[in-house]
Amino acid sequence: MSRRRKKATTESLYISEAQKAFVRKYLMKNRRIRFYQIIILICFIAFWEISTHLGIVDPFIFSSPSRVMKTIYEMTIDGMLFYHIGITLLETLVSFALVNLIGLAVAVILWWNDSISRVLEPYLIVLNSLPKSALAPVFIVWLGNNMKTIIIAAISVALFGSIITMYSDFKAVEEDKIKLIYTLGGDKKDVLFKVVLPANIPSMISLMKVNIGLSLVGVIIGEFLAAKAGLGYLIIYGSQVFKLNYVIMSIVILCAIATGLYKLLSYFEKKYSR
Amino acid sequence: MSELLKIDHISYTYHSLEGETPALLDVSFSVNEGEYLCVVGPSGCGKSTLLSLIAGLLTPSSGSIYINGKDIKSSGKNIGYMLQKDHLLDWRNTFKNVTLGLEIQNKLTESSYIQINEMLNTYGLITFRNSYPSELSGGMRQRAALIRTLLLEPDILLLDEPFSALDYQTRLEVADDIWGIIRKEKKTAIMITHDISEAISMSDRVVVLSKRPGTVKKIFDIKLSVDNRTPISARSAPEFKDYFNLIWKELNHDEQKA
Repeated sequence: MSRRRKKATTESLYISEAQKAFVRKYLMKNRRIRFYQIIILICFIAFWEISTHLGIVDPFIFSSPSRVMKTIYEMTIDGMLFYHIGITLLETLVSFALVNLIGLAVAVILWWNDSISRVLEPYLIVLNSLPKSALAPVFIVWLGNNMKTIIIAAISVALFGSIITMYSDFKAVEEDKIKLIYTLGGDKKDVLFKVVLPANIPSMISLMKVNIGLSLVGVIIGEFLAAKAGLGYLIIYGSQVFKLNYVIMSIVILCAIATGLYKLLSYFEKKYSR
Repeated sequence: MSELLKIDHISYTYHSLEGETPALLDVSFSVNEGEYLCVVGPSGCGKSTLLSLIAGLLTPSSGSIYINGKDIKSSGKNIGYMLQKDHLLDWRNTFKNVTLGLEIQNKLTESSYIQINEMLNTYGLITFRNSYPSELSGGMRQRAALIRTLLLEPDILLLDEPFSALDYQTRLEVADDIWGIIRKEKKTAIMITHDISEAISMSDRVVVLSKRPGTVKKIFDIKLSVDNRTPISARSAPEFKDYFNLIWKELNHDEQKA
């Protein structure tokens, strides 16, 4: 990145008027797009708030932006908000880390041994296509009503697809690059560490971007069924006792968390891609 | 010049579920030390298979290959292999790319750094030491690939159409470049090409293979009367077009018979 930027700045010492106009136009367009994005958000919030005040929708069922803000404020004061967010985040990050580690390890084993990969192929396909929410009740029975169940449920959502994608990415490495390692006197271990893994860092990071979202989905499903805390628990609890403020607030916070985690990975992606 | 490599009646057959495909049939020739040998033949005649066999990546179905009179498996001699494309790894800079082979063979020591820098310097890559492959020209990439191979100090260098991925003008320049380096390092080289002019301009001898299954049709000794022979100057030798016609006929004769 930095190298490329350096080149760009040395060239940009001699900018023509036409180039300046082009850049200005480009920036204007960017600003206009950002403006409309914000307008949509403001309109949505305003419309929601006003319609609850005018009685078009019932704030008891639909909540309202001001009620959500008030709930966030109250729950921040008594500390409950960060407790629930913390639980959900912890579960998500643990599942995410385990999915990536286990996924990578299994993908490497499958890549290493063609026989194992062919034996396991049908099982992976079945497990990948199975709706994982069907498994969650089973996990509760087996593992109990606790965090372990939630993490296992979340892992089951993301793991199998992750293994399949990573394995096929490993397989897609150019045949001649592998031959190169052998001509230089390397063995299969060198092929793995010098070519297959480094060549797949970009694809592994984009897979992580998918996995972080899926881990969050899995955690929320798990919390719906087997939790005493967390945002998923708050959603279920709120809907059962008709405190829709809790539900909407949790959804808003989930939006923020999901976006935040995705952006974090995008940042790493940019940092590591040349 | 003493005989370095002897290829003794080798055959090779590929097997797949659709059946077997004989790629090489009873191929024999030898290569002298310091010689630059080119192998030409129609596409699909098993040229690349031949190099893979010499490099020990494949084992011949029958026949043997000897280096200095010993079987290649036990000779302990180093064989360098240059693939069709440079295959520099995008995520490594020039220095890390040329040292890949040493790294794999655990030969990267403090003292090798001096030699590496010397080579990068001699072949005009020292200022690009920390550059990534995407920033190098086609010629520089090819030179880096050659240095990567030469650092392993091979006794024989195998080149599998090393210039085929380059455009024509670059190709002539790089051929001159690479040829100069190989001569300077006094290496024995076997190069595969389908370009007859390239073969004549670079080599001491040209081996013509038939179409599949490949067998040796004829071997030409290339003797050109030019001073300071380089691949470029060789092209203006009076004998050049005669060799071209002879090899062309040899290759074409094969087509008509089929």
